[in-house]
Order: sequence, then structure tokens, then C-alpha cells
Amino acid sequence: MASALINVPKKARRGDIIEIKTLMSHIMETGYRHTASGQVVPRDIITSFTCRYNGEEIFRADLFPAIAANPFISFFTIATDSGKFDFEWIGDNGFSETASATISVE
Amino acid sequence: MNPPGTIVVLLIGFALAPLAATEIAPNERRSGYTFMAPDTQAIQDDDTANPGMLWVLDGEALWKTRAGSADKACADCHDNARVSMKGVAARYPAYDKTIGRPVNLEQRINICRARHQNASPFVYESRELLALTAFVAEQSRGAAVTPATTPELEPFMQRGRDFFMKRQGQLNLGCANCHDDNWDKHLAGSAVTQAMATGYPLYRLEWQSLGSLQRRLRNCITGMRAQNYDYGAAELVELELYLMSRARGMPIETPAVRP
Repeated sequence: MASALINVPKKARRGDIIEIKTLMSHIMETGYRHTASGQVVPRDIITSFTCRYNGEEIFRADLFPAIAANPFISFFTIATDSGKFDFEWIGDNGFSETASATISVE
Repeated sequence: MNPPGTIVVLLIGFALAPLAATEIAPNERRSGYTFMAPDTQAIQDDDTANPGMLWVLDGEALWKTRAGSADKACADCHDNARVSMKGVAARYPAYDKTIGRPVNLEQRINICRARHQNASPFVYESRELLALTAFVAEQSRGAAVTPATTPELEPFMQRGRDFFMKRQGQLNLGCANCHDDNWDKHLAGSAVTQAMATGYPLYRLEWQSLGSLQRRLRNCITGMRAQNYDYGAAELVELELYLMSRARGMPIETPAVRP
């Protein structure tokens, strides 16, 4: 099943500022809700997101219960070299997803 | 001072009065999209920001997955959905001769599962049914709503229209009170909108999920404090049929995003 939507420009000129957009499928259950019978719905959220550009970490975010389902994270970086972006989402209950995208820099 | 009887008569008269609704002129019709803030519109406009696309991608995978004792996938009969499903959602609900009544897209998918795949039906609002419906409907994105003109559908469409116009529930409201007569106003800060159901199944930020038109209709009926209907009820399908006839010619937006 599809879990992530990634938007990285396929091409860029060296030194360009590029926008990277990511969307991860996740319910982001806060842990503050109760069922009709009064039981707490256990927390189930993504806690951490990282992006590596050719192995080097360029962006990291910690996520918290107030963040909506299917978190959309967008950020900017400078296109330095052709190569690969690796994305990683880690969360409760052993949640771990990865995705990657390539860019060619001229 | 009025005798007490007069007041009672007046009240009854008000309760029974038919809705003096004026249907929206074709050139004044607007998609719910046009009522949204630019930020929300931007989510719908960008396929990599629109969470509804997660369901569409899931649906694409399901389309190719074999199911049921017939061990057939949707693609085994319908082949490439981009060709075979193009424009299909724009003419649903459609008349099913075997059952003798209109069925919506979700029901059509489940009928197909039963008749051709020998598979158990998906539960309403399940991830699978929403995903497959969204995938099929997305193939019609941009296509104009063209309700089926089967003569057999006419009485059902009429019943859907009657439902839309009829006052009901503890608040004694009809759909038309808001969506024909007051669509340009606000209700508790939210735009009322015209109830042009062109983007379903759609991602509602309030739901934090994709949802069907029937989920939306059931929300509205609860809001009117009226007796609700189960998913798949004939009354809701008839209402869907009328709503699509109101939206005739407007483009399909599935998967739309709404606040």
C-alpha cells in the first residue's frame, strides 16, 4: 500500500534553492481520545522525520500529538550535487517508513 | 389579543408549508472549492500535497490485486482504468437492471465483487472501498457531470429531489433551506456552500481522512437532528442522484479537499 508522496524537483541548477515536499500516510492518534466505553485510545503517532541528502542529514523534525493525520512536511535546501534524498519517518509501535528521490544538478 | 387557536393554526401552517426554495441558476453554480481559503485550495491543487492521493494510489494497487474465489482483479476485465474508467464516475449513480434501482459507485464496486470476483463486499467507509472508489473516480477528474438519462431513473431522481426539499428533523429544516436559499451565508463561521457533490470521495480536514458522499450526507442529516439512514440506504442513493443532476456539467474534482 502506498504510504508516502514525495515531491522533489527532478532537475536543478547548482546553487538553486529547491523546495522538498513530503506527505506520509499515518493516523496520528493523539492518545487523548476515548472510546464510547471510556477507554483511552492509545497514542500512535510519528515521532521523528529526517531527510538526508547524499548521506548528510539536512533536515530533522520531531512530531507531537497535535499534528494532524497524514503529516505534510515541506522545507527548502540548496541543490549542491546530483544524487539522492533519503527520507525516514519513525513513530510509535515500531512504525518505520523510508522513501527516496533523486535529483540531477547541473 | 389573538385567541390561542390562531397561534396553533399558524404554527401548523408553518410546519406544513412547502419550501419556497429557489433552485440555483446554472450560471450561479459554484463548487465547494470556490468557498475555500487559498491555503486549502493549494492542498487540493497539488497532487503531492493532497492526502486524498494516498487513497488513489492504494486504489490503483487494489485495482490490480486478485480477489475472491474467481481469483480475478478489476484489471482482468476492465484492463487499464485510465481508459476504461474515464468518465464513469461522472454518470453515477446509475441504474442497475438486475436490482431495479440506482446504485452509487461504492455499490457498483461491491456488486462487481459479488458478481464477477465472488468476493465479499467491502464495508462502507473502509480504506479499501474508499481507495478503489477514489481511484475509479479520479479517472474522471475534469470530466463534466453527466447524469444518466435512463427513463427508469426518473422516479428515483424525483424522490431524491423531494428529500432535498422536504423539511424534517427536530430543527424542521430541509436541505434546500441552506443549500438553495442560503448558500452564500455562513453557519458557525463555515461557508454553507451549494452542495455540489463533485469531489467525492474527498479528503475532509475535519475527518482527517477520505470520506464518501454518504458520510457527508449523514453528517448533514444528524445536524438537522433528523432520523438518519444506514450507509447504502435507498434514500441516500436517491439523494445522491438528485445532487448529481444539480451539478450537471460541473467538472469532477475527485479526490477533492474540503475544510
